[in-house]
Amino acid sequence: MQFDRPATTNPIDRLKVVGQPIRRIDGQLKTTGRAMYAYEWHDTNTPYAYGYPVGAAIAKGRIKSIDISAAEKAPGVLAVVTAPEVGERKKGKFNTAKLFGGDQVQHYHQAIAVVVAETFEQARAAATLISVDYAEEKGSFDLRQAMDTAVKPASGDPDSGAGDFDTAFKAAPVTFEESYSTPDQSHAMMEPHASIAVWEGDELTLWTSSQMIDWWRSDLATTLDVDKEKIHLMSPFIGGGFGGKLFLRADAVLAAFAAKAAKRPVKVALPRPFMMNNTTHRPATIQRVRIGAQRDGKITAIAHESWSGDQPGGQPEAAVMQTRLLYAGENRMTAMRLATLDLPEGNAMRAPGEAPGLMALEIAMDEMAEKIGIDPVEFRIINDTQVDPEKTERPFSYRNLIGCLKTGADHFNWSARGRPGSRREGNWLIGMGVAAAFRNNIHFPSGARVRLNAEGVVTVETDMTDIGTGSYTIIAQTAAEMMGLTIDKVAVQLGDSRFPVSAGSGGQFGANCSTAGVYAACVKLREAVSQKLGFNSADVIFENGEVRSGNRAVPLAEAAGSKGLVGEDTIQWGNLTETHQQSTFGAHFVEVGVDVATGESRIRRMLAVCAAGRILNPVTARSQVLGAMTMGAGGALSEELAVDTRRGFFVNHDLAGYEVPVHADIPHQEVIFMDETDPMSSPMKAKGVGELGLCGVSAAIANAIYNATGIRVRHYPITLDKLIGGLPDVA
Amino acid sequence: MRAFTYERASSVEAAAKAAASNPEAKFIAGGTNLLDLMKLEIETPTHLIDINGLGLDKIETTADGGLRIGALVRNTDLAAHETVRRDYGLLSRALVAGASGQLRNRATTAGNLLQRTRCPYFYDTNQPCNKRQPGSGCSAIGGFSRQHAVVGTSDACIATHPSDMAIAMSALDAVVETAKSDGSRRSIPIADFHRLPGDTPHIETILESGEFITAVVLPPPFGGKHIYRKVRDRASYAFAIVSIGAVIQQDGTGRVAVGGVAHKPWRIEAADTELPKGARVTASALLADARPTEQNRFKIDLVERALGAVIAEARD
Repeated sequence: MQFDRPATTNPIDRLKVVGQPIRRIDGQLKTTGRAMYAYEWHDTNTPYAYGYPVGAAIAKGRIKSIDISAAEKAPGVLAVVTAPEVGERKKGKFNTAKLFGGDQVQHYHQAIAVVVAETFEQARAAATLISVDYAEEKGSFDLRQAMDTAVKPASGDPDSGAGDFDTAFKAAPVTFEESYSTPDQSHAMMEPHASIAVWEGDELTLWTSSQMIDWWRSDLATTLDVDKEKIHLMSPFIGGGFGGKLFLRADAVLAAFAAKAAKRPVKVALPRPFMMNNTTHRPATIQRVRIGAQRDGKITAIAHESWSGDQPGGQPEAAVMQTRLLYAGENRMTAMRLATLDLPEGNAMRAPGEAPGLMALEIAMDEMAEKIGIDPVEFRIINDTQVDPEKTERPFSYRNLIGCLKTGADHFNWSARGRPGSRREGNWLIGMGVAAAFRNNIHFPSGARVRLNAEGVVTVETDMTDIGTGSYTIIAQTAAEMMGLTIDKVAVQLGDSRFPVSAGSGGQFGANCSTAGVYAACVKLREAVSQKLGFNSADVIFENGEVRSGNRAVPLAEAAGSKGLVGEDTIQWGNLTETHQQSTFGAHFVEVGVDVATGESRIRRMLAVCAAGRILNPVTARSQVLGAMTMGAGGALSEELAVDTRRGFFVNHDLAGYEVPVHADIPHQEVIFMDETDPMSSPMKAKGVGELGLCGVSAAIANAIYNATGIRVRHYPITLDKLIGGLPDVA
Repeated sequence: MRAFTYERASSVEAAAKAAASNPEAKFIAGGTNLLDLMKLEIETPTHLIDINGLGLDKIETTADGGLRIGALVRNTDLAAHETVRRDYGLLSRALVAGASGQLRNRATTAGNLLQRTRCPYFYDTNQPCNKRQPGSGCSAIGGFSRQHAVVGTSDACIATHPSDMAIAMSALDAVVETAKSDGSRRSIPIADFHRLPGDTPHIETILESGEFITAVVLPPPFGGKHIYRKVRDRASYAFAIVSIGAVIQQDGTGRVAVGGVAHKPWRIEAADTELPKGARVTASALLADARPTEQNRFKIDLVERALGAVIAEARD
């Protein structure tokens, strides 16, 4: 199905199943432990062996020699595979640093060997017996030091602008300029990367934990130098990804090599410290924001520049992207510069670009509002735009940022916010903050197959993944709505490379794209049903488990017949994203307390108001936003991968040292969805929401801390050491 | 994890003997720290002596009106004990400020005292660490040291002792009772129990080979207000950046120990006498010889401010 015109009325608009607060259909499997995650997959008769990875002990250099003799002799060891022995491999299209192979070390904990043994414990013990002689090289590990060497990246649209920023900024009656920084952050998902590899002849079956089945399959084929068709990849359940499982990872490659060497099915899980230094992370940024405005608050000039670093061949963290679209202003510029760093690979983490970009921009907006003397909600409303401000001929498909801000301000009792440092309850300084949320709506083609059987049950097959987001449920809702069934008559099978290729899970595009693909497949199935029954498909109604045309009604089960019927299609996207800017919008409101003595910041309440097209399921969507708000709280207050700039690695590489929020940090969260649809987005009229919920949260917290204390912190995370110097005396 | 043999000790004496006869043996109680360290091969005992089940899990009143806490009393049980809650509130509050419910259910009183630092370089076997590998150097000095010690440090080590419970024990003048392999017993004031790092940061207590903690004894209650103030980046499940354990009387006198600043619970008796004069003077006495790093210099201010809040709370 080609989607190149705005959606008109379609069966989804009935909203009998779609849009309903249906609890996740895979919930019971998860709560009873029957949802099999990658490492847990277990066939009773399969003699699994266990692989344990060895990571490089240096950040940069070369392996001169590697002694595996002791490991090979250790109890239970079946095989040891080393990177030099495997040799240089072709790298996957989506990988910046190599995953395994050759004698060069590009970053700390890069995989250099895997030990296979009868048990996990034996493999782990033997792995410590490997000794490596390195030729260590000097690396670059400090973004601030490397800033001057940063260059304009060759691709990825690093610069943009309109009008004449410099002149307009100089001429503006009120100007503002500040620098901000965001640290390296880790996805820190609950389920570590894990794979089980089974070779049968030259065919590989891989159970893994992947957000993008087809990307992984292609890149694994490239890395192993085998035919993609020979690889069968399965990832039915995923314990969180946040972008850390978008691209092929070392566990899959190591498991494949290990299984080949040991001639056994092999399980490999990355140990927790590998999350931080072996896999990818959200790279740190240094950002500069300049805003020029009239005294009435109208922005006349806005500039946003960002510096980040990555491995050679990597990409910048696109922290300026939202500034190209979020606020009006005739004269504007953005720029991204990229330094080469020898830290582990920087790459996508939930809302890449916008999340760190808004961490800076939305503090700047708060600062500028104060400088002009306008309420920060009002300042944002004044500078709303209904067109792409860099290309004013492009309207937004649908944009209700103002609605989000007004609804939120009302609901949160924003008008009770006082002057900075003016509200105190006991030992707590109390403040409120606001920030806008913004994230683009992205499209990828997405395919699905739907089968109708003689029991009247529809089974959906697509390689779409459910990373905890609720894909199973919204896909079932879509098929049920399209076929006129209740949700219990729909089965959903996901995450299998034998199924049609979907959009996958990432960039908050998964929900809208994958359900649109199911929509397209269901249209095909409806046609097949109509055709079989000899109905004129124009007047056919699928409802209550029946298909009706005129006076004739046939149960779907009967229509399917003993052979059943199948519909398969892929949704393809036309140029509506070129003619119209499609984005999602929101507003975050936060109230914090800051301990007047210690500077500990504790969130008291949070509100997110989201405008993201049709909400396919308010329960799963709300859950996404709550999780995102929590991630934003971590980003604001505690999450930072601490760089050892001498030795070139992230020091706090476990969940004790890398502090994500715990329950006690999150006392009260509320989510409001604006009632809207976006017919430009898809037949579902939905957009993404999972990343929108993160965008702007951290800045809203930063602004609330400023309102509580009068102390402006521009370098995340906002830990107490950055506050206590400015707090009132207590002694 | 290296392979190891395992035995269940039949008595205190047998446990101490078994340990003395094998320098590579370790006692195991709750195992909440030891097993993690063994998986990482930071601890590599060849033999484990299980001391659960020796009847060391009782809490009894002593003849002078104090409290004897068996070495194997679990943190959860100790924190919830009626006498502890009534007379030694500081101890109860410090315990529940630590770890998580699940960990406290396993962790023991003696094990808590003997837990090892959470310095991230100690945990990464690729990095030099004098505590893990004597003579290899200290990576934290000049590295990521925000959490590290500011006082009592040495050029060999700036690690902290991570315990919350031990801060309370220190302020409460607890005494550690031990059994040695020769059958003798001794009582060690908590102030003498942990060592400063000096040139030998791998030696953390004055326990001798095979010597075994049987109980921790608290003196009769002091009265006063018992306050444990733990300062941390997140609201739960995090080690203290700084913590204050204090008992403060109505007249402003009292006793105070500080966590998160040193290789051991930090208590300076001279600082106690300054308490009536307020936080600034007391904190100065506590941290007179502090040698912070650039990253943890803020702890000096933080101790004073947190102590100020504690003293104010005691007055309320």
